[in-house]
Amino acid sequence: MKKSEQIAGNVAGYIDDRTGAAGWAKKNLTKVFPDHWSFMLGEIALYSFIILLLSGTFLTFWFDPSQQEVVYNGAYAPLSHVSMSASYASTLHISFDVRGGLLMRQIHHWAALIFMAAIVVHLLRVFFTGAFRKPREANWLIGIGLLTLGIVEGFLGYSLPDDLLSGTGIRIAEAIIQAIPVVGSYLSFFAFGGAFPGHAFIPRIYIVHVLLLPGIFLALITVHLMLVWYQKHTQYPGPGRKETNVVGYPLMPVYMAKAGGFFFIVFGVTAFLGAVASINPIWLYGPYTPGQISAGSQPDWYMGWLDGLVRMAPPLETHAFGHTISWNILIPGLIIPGILFTGMALYPFIESWISGDKQEHHLLDRPRNVPNRTALGAMSLSFMLIALANGGNDIIATHFHLTINGIMWFTRIGLFVVPPIVFIITKRICLSLQRADREIVLHGRETGRLVMTPEGEFLEVHEELTPEQKWTLTQHAQPAPLQLATEDAQGTRSKSAGIKGKLRSRMSAANAEQIAAPTAAQARELEGGHH
Amino acid sequence: MSNELAGVERFEDPGLPEHKHRKADHDAIAANKAERQVAILFLLSAVGTVGTIASYIFIDTKKFIYLPILGNTNAAQLALGTGLAASLFFIGIAAVHWAKTLMPDEEVIAERHEFRSSDADRSEFVKTVKERSGAAGLGRRSLIKRSMGVALGLIGLSPLVLLRDLGPLPKNQLSTTDWSSGVRLMTDPGGRPIMPGDLEVGSVAQVLPELPAGTERTLENIGKDAVLLIRIRPEEFNLNAERLSWTYNGIIAFSKICSHMGCAVALYEQQTKHLLCPCHQSTFDVTRAAKVIFGPAARPLPQLAITVDADGYLVAKQGFTEPVGPSFWERNSA
Repeated sequence: MKKSEQIAGNVAGYIDDRTGAAGWAKKNLTKVFPDHWSFMLGEIALYSFIILLLSGTFLTFWFDPSQQEVVYNGAYAPLSHVSMSASYASTLHISFDVRGGLLMRQIHHWAALIFMAAIVVHLLRVFFTGAFRKPREANWLIGIGLLTLGIVEGFLGYSLPDDLLSGTGIRIAEAIIQAIPVVGSYLSFFAFGGAFPGHAFIPRIYIVHVLLLPGIFLALITVHLMLVWYQKHTQYPGPGRKETNVVGYPLMPVYMAKAGGFFFIVFGVTAFLGAVASINPIWLYGPYTPGQISAGSQPDWYMGWLDGLVRMAPPLETHAFGHTISWNILIPGLIIPGILFTGMALYPFIESWISGDKQEHHLLDRPRNVPNRTALGAMSLSFMLIALANGGNDIIATHFHLTINGIMWFTRIGLFVVPPIVFIITKRICLSLQRADREIVLHGRETGRLVMTPEGEFLEVHEELTPEQKWTLTQHAQPAPLQLATEDAQGTRSKSAGIKGKLRSRMSAANAEQIAAPTAAQARELEGGHH
Repeated sequence: MSNELAGVERFEDPGLPEHKHRKADHDAIAANKAERQVAILFLLSAVGTVGTIASYIFIDTKKFIYLPILGNTNAAQLALGTGLAASLFFIGIAAVHWAKTLMPDEEVIAERHEFRSSDADRSEFVKTVKERSGAAGLGRRSLIKRSMGVALGLIGLSPLVLLRDLGPLPKNQLSTTDWSSGVRLMTDPGGRPIMPGDLEVGSVAQVLPELPAGTERTLENIGKDAVLLIRIRPEEFNLNAERLSWTYNGIIAFSKICSHMGCAVALYEQQTKHLLCPCHQSTFDVTRAAKVIFGPAARPLPQLAITVDADGYLVAKQGFTEPVGPSFWERNSA
């Protein structure tokens, strides 16, 4: 035995004597993970989170989360002798006097944007492939929680430097709090320690940003990953892949090397962006004062849809009995986001209720095979994209020489008109793709090669699919719609005869709309006919 | 409910396709080549680290260089960042390349375990819970159950009450400003009193109220007090008699704090005489007392009545007649 092996053996023995972990470790080091590019989206989110922890810790060594007024006299000459808050001054200090400080700030901000983008795309992958179905509903809920907290965490993060842009963002957040009926003014004064902007807000959100929320993130991410580990990863359908197995590469060494390597790739790309792509140049905005503003005020992208909804809201306020209710803030700022996120969280349960499907699913859906869900997802996405577009209406207007009023009206109407159209079109596309699958399985691939038979007839040669391809295109289950009994055995009206039952039946029927997948018998029949 | 339609014969699952070996699996030369490639990638990362440290020590942080696309760039920041990026990126690429060329690439099948416990275990579990809670007497002793409910229901209130000192009560702070009758309009920046002649037709100025001697102006003051002065030709006004009397020689004053969400309404379009809030594009018509003509704002910007004092300086005729800034529950006017 070599010396190094002996040492490793001793260490392992020492640990196992005290924990008995050898059996567990042996089993888990060979744990199988399926391979697919779309499974790396969640990984990007995880790695960005680690990058955020590392770069964020670096920034805390110099950042001073205080709204005390100081006079700046650092390296950035244009702001010399200007009065500003200590948090803005220390952000300038990090950017201009600390070597690598600007790099770390930019890495931190880029990582935050990538973190949110990865979460959203990962969520879309999970949604469109049906990975949220039983037994993974809990992980879907945790994911929605992480997305929501991520938006809050990001907003707090870019509010910390206390520059003119971020201060304007805080002012808007204050107006949303203030708009809450009955308790709004009180909540605002409690949050800000008095009148806006006060001296308390930045120190308070600082501790939320660097301790409270990261702690919650860490806990949620841990549970998220433990569940993935314990329930084993889902896999795409294909030959040899069943509901009862998982096909892929063992953790050690392949998956360790790939996942570990991917962390460094994500970090490397983020560092490169931090090096060459300027982001949030706070020194250009100047310190915050409520009396000033810069044109083209934009939040980070993941807040853009919210800002877009606020911008397009109609000017509605109720004044009655000596009180004011700002619908123009409450509807786009709280009510619609509340409905959207609640609906998203509940979706796995709604779908299972509609379809009556209570089975475990470990094989993913091809989005075309679930037309209703795919159409619903595309519809929601179009809603968000229209809202997001309006969040940048001033930038779009100046870049494309359009009027802001025109864009605003387009999105105001589009928000209601476009999503239903997207739903219908997406569903039709899914069904057409199913038809195409059926066609190709039964008749083979068109090769474009024309041959003339001895009789003078021209035929295009069709190439038959391999058994693997045929299986992949036909393996999916096609559940029939729910048959809800309207009468029970005694002939009395049952529960499902009511409006709820009728609604469920109709939704179930729409949900089950499919092009029948071809069967082996049909294929044989055709073979007998010609060829 | 069955997922399969009865009697339908499906295509057969042909099983996992046969594994195709890579060149490096059976060709020692190819394998050695792959090994060298991985080694080179790891070494490139090391070069990146050396470059990062060298640029940290040797490059002057004040040195700027011009690069195509990037423009004028700080050399130290750029070298530091690209060095760090390379040191990280190449480790990643090396590991992935190693895994893809030299580590086993044969797919493995693992069976899943069923999550559902056996029926015996499940009923045993329910029985245990019932037994144990029965042993505690939770079912029988309703007095304990109810009083425990009260105690646990209330326990969350203390931490809520303890948060009370986060801030003072709003009182009338949202409804008041530092403007009142006779208070001079002071330029911002500058802090000088202003005469009507200082403002040409078509121009705009931000002003703040003159504070009593010895009072320091805070951001909280500015957040309520900021006022925009605009001068147009008096005949262009389209105001009722009262509002017209609040102007002076074509000079009209509005709160600069948006009635929608409190941003500074800073964009004045001289041609159309519109004020635009850059946050949510609410647009106000200056000639009609800042009536909202577009966007989400529901109320005009509050107008400040102005006149001149004995020395000829612009002063407020009276304070604002309504609260400035975004709406709130206690706000008592349309």
